[in-house]
Amino acid sequence: MSVPVELERPEIEEDVRPGQPWLTIVWNDPVNLMSYVTYVFQTVFGYSKRKAHQLMLDVHYKGKAVVSRGSREEMERHVSTLHEYGLWATLQQDT
Amino acid sequence: MTTGFHRAAQGGVTIDLEADEAAVLRSMGQLILELVQPPPPQDELAAFVGIGENSERPDDPVLARLFPNGYSDDDPAVGDFRRYTEDDLRRHKRENAQAMLDAVPEQGGTVALDTGEAHAWLKALNDARLTLGTRLGLEEDTYNAYLKGQLSASGLTGQDDELAETSMAALHVYDWLGELQHSLVEALSD
Repeated sequence: MSVPVELERPEIEEDVRPGQPWLTIVWNDPVNLMSYVTYVFQTVFGYSKRKAHQLMLDVHYKGKAVVSRGSREEMERHVSTLHEYGLWATLQQDT
Repeated sequence: MTTGFHRAAQGGVTIDLEADEAAVLRSMGQLILELVQPPPPQDELAAFVGIGENSERPDDPVLARLFPNGYSDDDPAVGDFRRYTEDDLRRHKRENAQAMLDAVPEQGGTVALDTGEAHAWLKALNDARLTLGTRLGLEEDTYNAYLKGQLSASGLTGQDDELAETSMAALHVYDWLGELQHSLVEALSD
């Protein structure tokens, strides 16, 4: 039987507040078409055209918008899917 | 000149391309394949579990835009997110560009795409637009001026004439790719 070895774990400063949901944020950029961004929100999140359109307008006029919220793992998946579509997206914990 | 994408009666979308339009799309596909290199060979086990070696955002502005940070720049998780996702994203972008290249007939003609292929094109067209737009340093007001016919070539770059002309040509392509992408979104939404 092998004996588990105590590994030295790197100290990572992580400011994680348990219980608070995580957010996926999309940032405005000058390239992506409004119709395309709306379509991506409908496709990725299954939002209605109306809701997707409103979120797109928020991104465009306010510079960014929270497009989904949930667990950290889920938001990481959302951000990487949005990167596949070429949207500028990040995740962070709700404050 | 193409009238863009249309919904096909049997499902999916179609587009009629002229030879010079096909050439532009093929060169855009090639451009992305040259820009987005396949992930470097690495430790087999790391490759097996899908962890890449790179944790830094690329210096080149185009690559930085194609591969943005997944967390805010000062978040300690930003490097790990990149190590876990960037290689897959590289493969994904290359597959989309390759799918577009494979589907465009060299001499032009009719292209029929199913929904999955259409999504690969949507993303490839977007990567091409992000590449040109970022290289041109395009902002919303410059582009609006262009649409109104108020942008001179030197106003775009402020540099020498030859570069200004190339930039203007790139801007025409950028604009056309946008129309094409918009028509694809409309055809898919119908």
